[in-house]
Amino acid sequence: GVFIVIASPLVLCGVVPLAVRSLVPVLFPCGFCHLFLDCIIAKESPASLQQEIRGSASCLCSDHEFDMADIFYFCRRGVESIVDDEVTKRFSAQELESWNLLTRSNYNFHHINMRLTLLWGLGLLTRYGILLPLRVTLAVTGISLFLFLTTLVGFLPNAASYLSEKVHMMGYRMCVSSLTAIITYHNRENKPKNGGICVANHTTPIDVIILASDRCYSLVGQMHRGLLGMIQRGMVKSSPHIWFDRSEVKDRHLVAKRLSDHVADKTKQPILIFPEGTCINNTSVMMFKKGSFEIGCTIYPVAIKYDPRFGDAFWNSSKCGLVWYLLSMMSSWAIVCSVWYLPPMNREEGEDAVQFANRVKAAIAARGGLVDLIWDGGLKRAKVNNAFKEGLQKLYSKVLVGDHEDQSERMETQKKKKIQPQDNEDTVNVCYHCRVLLLKEHFT
Amino acid sequence: MGSRASRLLREEEIEEIKKETGFSHSQITRLYSRFTSLDKGENGTLSREDFQRIPELAINPLGDRIINAFFPEGYFVLVIFREDQVNFRGFMRTLAHFRPIEDNEKNKNPATEPLNSRTNKLLFAFRLYDLDRDDKISRDELLQVLRMMVGVNISDEQLGSIADRTIQEADTNGDSCISFNEFIKVLEKVDVEQKMSIRFLH
Repeated sequence: GVFIVIASPLVLCGVVPLAVRSLVPVLFPCGFCHLFLDCIIAKESPASLQQEIRGSASCLCSDHEFDMADIFYFCRRGVESIVDDEVTKRFSAQELESWNLLTRSNYNFHHINMRLTLLWGLGLLTRYGILLPLRVTLAVTGISLFLFLTTLVGFLPNAASYLSEKVHMMGYRMCVSSLTAIITYHNRENKPKNGGICVANHTTPIDVIILASDRCYSLVGQMHRGLLGMIQRGMVKSSPHIWFDRSEVKDRHLVAKRLSDHVADKTKQPILIFPEGTCINNTSVMMFKKGSFEIGCTIYPVAIKYDPRFGDAFWNSSKCGLVWYLLSMMSSWAIVCSVWYLPPMNREEGEDAVQFANRVKAAIAARGGLVDLIWDGGLKRAKVNNAFKEGLQKLYSKVLVGDHEDQSERMETQKKKKIQPQDNEDTVNVCYHCRVLLLKEHFT
Repeated sequence: MGSRASRLLREEEIEEIKKETGFSHSQITRLYSRFTSLDKGENGTLSREDFQRIPELAINPLGDRIINAFFPEGYFVLVIFREDQVNFRGFMRTLAHFRPIEDNEKNKNPATEPLNSRTNKLLFAFRLYDLDRDDKISRDELLQVLRMMVGVNISDEQLGSIADRTIQEADTNGDSCISFNEFIKVLEKVDVEQKMSIRFLH
């Protein structure tokens, strides 16, 4: 009993990371290569609707007459999206090129090879027999210690903010070890400073632990009931986190006000926000919600990329709950990831919140080697907004009957159309700018 | 965690699909992977909702017509019904229409026409227009499909005149409808092979 409690930190903080770090260059010499299976189809840069339907030799002012062949464009694009689309594959764990001896990532490898099965059996024993119990022990001791110390510090006066930071960091670092998360931080000189907002791409709740073990952040979220709510209230006593009631969450102005009040106070920690709003499978970055970019403070972008060969960190909330997910994380080989701190960004002159958000998103995607998508992560659960289809119909109509609007006139009408669409429970809300950007992506 | 689709594709099935559609072994396994990832109910078939969950298809003006093409019609005691589930064979059979036409295939097996022949590609497109499957495109059907493609941006009168002009140009036997042969004739100069083909990687 006592032996295990003492042994677990030793093994988990020392032996396993050492083993993993030395194995990576040996077994997998190419490091963080992209491990996606090849695409199923070759999508050449899609011809714009106008180009394909009008044909190459046409001046843009001549009207194109309807041709029964026009249907081919929509037909082919439709079937292409059935075979391979950019969105649906982001909501399930990515597939690996070669098997990493975990049954959960065994999709296409039904190779029944004696040696491989033996290896897998050995791996199973190691993971469930040695690694999992050690990790669980460490997690339990770590969390109990953390809760004890944090309540203790909560009783002390204000001067104990230094102590509370230390306690929080200790807690997060113990969690990191209990998951055997092997993290490489890059560009630490760009680490977020007080009085700003840190934004990162979101793959799993573990993202929070990974970032918070390097410096303390204020978290934003909804106040839960039960055990989680107790933990949240406990955390607030020793550190200024921002928790909202269920009713307050819908009130955008209230949220914005509380966030801006927090960042205005330079003594407070930076706020940690995941603008995607949901977990994505770490192959792409999806639309950033503009709320945090409207506040006008400095944004510290962070890119997080997990190496899926040692254990896929993506949490597919439709497939399993949080506890099951944590257990499966603890029974993987390890969680290996890279964190890049990007240089801070500010909103520029003449740039609005959405353009700023897209600029930050592009920087994070470029750094982390992820695909930059305009689609909303909310499409995981909600239907796509009909406005996109209407936009396509409009574009085709223009091809048929000609585009009679003047170029400058069109710019005027676009500038005037900054109306906020209504909130709709069923469909995903996208503002006008995103709609325009999405149509551009579809057609250029 | 959770489990992937419980059914694996058997070698015999792969061979049968290969013969019927002309896809290669690796293409079939990749497409099976895609099929199972779309199959949220994990029952080995796709429903219309499974297709509509694809955002890029949902925003396609002809999305519903394309989805329809995957669901086969059947006859049961003189009543025509449309099934609401498609299995992997049916999925592959429909996708086979979009395989590019290769020269060396033209001579293989002259008895049956391959699914991706020019005629079959045109038949696929024809069926997108032909809503009631009576093998001819009436003015009404053409108007409905046009309305799907343009949304609310063109008036009824303008759309009506476009439909009338199109039928006038295509109709040779004077029945104010476009039959499949008239359809083929109208599109004889169009590069159907290129426009209705998708480059599947090996």
